[in-house]
Amino acid sequence: MSALQPSELDRPTLARDRSAADTDLKSVSAALRRAEFGDRMRSLLLAAPLLILLVLSFGIPIVLLLSRAVYDPTIADALPKTAQALGNWNGQGVPGDDAFAALAADLKENQAKGTAYELAKSLNARLPGARSQVLKTVRKLESADGPAALDAVKSVPFWSAPSTWPAIRSGTRSLTSFYLLSALDLRWNADGGIEQVPPEQAIFIQVFLRTFFVAASVTLATLILGFPLAYLIANVPKGLAAILIVAVLLPFWTSILVRTAAWTVLLQKFGLVNDFLLLIGVTSDRVDLMYSRIGLIIAMTHIQLPFTLLPIYSVMRTIPASQMKAAYSLGARPFTAFRRVYIPQVFPGVMAGCMLTFILCLGYYITPALIGGASDQLISNFIANYVNVELNWEMAAALSFILLVFTLALFGIFARVLGLDRLKLV
Amino acid sequence: MLLSPYPTTGERIRITLLWIWCGLVILFLLVPILIPVPLSFNSGAFFIFPLEGISARWYEVVLRTQRWQSAIGNSLIVAFGTTVIATTLGTLTAIALSDEKFPGRRIIMPLLLSPLIVPVVITAVGSYLFYARVGLASTYAGIILAHTALASPFVVVTVGASLTGFDRNLMRAAAISGARPLTSFFRVMLPLILPGVLSGAAFAFVTSFDEVVVVQFLASASQRTMPLEMFIGLREKLSPAITAAATLMMGLSILLLLVANILARRGRKAPA
Repeated sequence: MSALQPSELDRPTLARDRSAADTDLKSVSAALRRAEFGDRMRSLLLAAPLLILLVLSFGIPIVLLLSRAVYDPTIADALPKTAQALGNWNGQGVPGDDAFAALAADLKENQAKGTAYELAKSLNARLPGARSQVLKTVRKLESADGPAALDAVKSVPFWSAPSTWPAIRSGTRSLTSFYLLSALDLRWNADGGIEQVPPEQAIFIQVFLRTFFVAASVTLATLILGFPLAYLIANVPKGLAAILIVAVLLPFWTSILVRTAAWTVLLQKFGLVNDFLLLIGVTSDRVDLMYSRIGLIIAMTHIQLPFTLLPIYSVMRTIPASQMKAAYSLGARPFTAFRRVYIPQVFPGVMAGCMLTFILCLGYYITPALIGGASDQLISNFIANYVNVELNWEMAAALSFILLVFTLALFGIFARVLGLDRLKLV
Repeated sequence: MLLSPYPTTGERIRITLLWIWCGLVILFLLVPILIPVPLSFNSGAFFIFPLEGISARWYEVVLRTQRWQSAIGNSLIVAFGTTVIATTLGTLTAIALSDEKFPGRRIIMPLLLSPLIVPVVITAVGSYLFYARVGLASTYAGIILAHTALASPFVVVTVGASLTGFDRNLMRAAAISGARPLTSFFRVMLPLILPGVLSGAAFAFVTSFDEVVVVQFLASASQRTMPLEMFIGLREKLSPAITAAATLMMGLSILLLLVANILARRGRKAPA
């Protein structure tokens, strides 16, 4: 190596050539930058296939779904003439005959194109009962032309009701806040303000509250069951700890569906849980645990317990036992030492475990669908139901939107306060 | 470690209560997943103990009837497809991200993990909406694509962990010795991070094999996978065949994830 270092003799030469060396240095750093840029591009190219695939298979579907919550052109597409006729309506009472004539023409058009049912369904989402009225009017229009068509529409009292035309006019705007508001049991009133829907129509706030309640109950239950076990595992000799941790991991590695299936077997009227309750004398008769809130919470607690326990355990095992001993030797009572020395240190782990379980519980679908009763369905089940049964994509999208906002907000807090590294469970 | 050298009575009581409580929690954790196992060998048609007798008739139902056979076949097709794509692309991405100079690493990592955070019903409904438009609904390709989104984060994380122990100078040494990039990848880097890659592959396989919500929305009747068949069975009529299927699925996931975790641990301990 020493042979390569410039000797004392070379110094003057180096000084003389400084200006030349400077240009060399510049070109070297430029080359280095070019090379680094090439490296960076190469790693971007390596990551690109998965990123593109994720955008296509995951990103676009979700954006498309969410857009359905605020963009619904069905009514605008179906009633172009009516929309135009309503352009100069003052919004009071019932519009003039030109709007009725335009509606008649639009409805006939829809019947001819075969889109009448779709329109009826979409209008029905905004105006309960509109479906049958639209279809009835369409049938009447089949044999009516010109002025007779106008009369045919007017002969259906629905079209002269005060609530009908404001709903049609707001429906002809493709960009809508209707579904998002509906998902929170809100609506626009006649004066352009936002009001709560009447109690008999309100459903979703209750479903969101139920989802939060179940998530909070499960989180609390997992904490009560999991915290002592995490403490035990962190404080017993290594061999025993390994066995105990396997007992936590075995259910963790079993799929949610399989565990839900196991619980449907256990919770049957003649299942093991009922046998056990009778045996210890908690109940005097067999109780219905399937399709009940308590059955759902028990099963979800079983599924979520490892998610709460593992982050707590990973913090607990970093706390040396000598700390508690030091607290005792300084005169702290066990409870004081626990509260003032131990708890503050394991708190981040407890928060991580509880938040993770709470966030995951908000999105539960399989377990409520199989174990919950009709009044135990969570928000995800409503989303699925709007897609599968009601075929109301807009409402499913609006509920998804709000669920996603809650989930991402909580997750954002998690990442900000606790850091993403706490997500590593094993 | 739990008891101090000279425990007081209060301490003894507390520790005893702790042990009892933890014993009950362990029972709560293990009994539910062990219950289907004996029931699946029951010769009777009910879920009641004591068992009527031991028989493999429900396994015969799962392994011999056409409905379950095609479900197992579909599950394997989808899971293998997902594993191959997610492992390949996930490994490449993990290598790219392990470079500290990677632009926007802090933004990309949460985005890569987002399929794990978004409630799966939203993913399923969104995929159904979009895939139907582009002709991917009711196709194996569609299901595999959606599963790849759910499975690839596991690959990126496990391979990423094994790459933290990988010395990048080895790649420079290989390049100086005249190896082309592909050669040095296959002969230097891959052998060293292989435990991590295999572990990621096992995670991806299990993620896809156990998945039921996306399949429920995307699969046609002829593409029902094993979990979907179970889900439908649980909704319609409770047959002991479901406990047999559950036992098989549980055995497979536990086995694969055990291997995955052992490999991941070994990958992380790889010499720097």
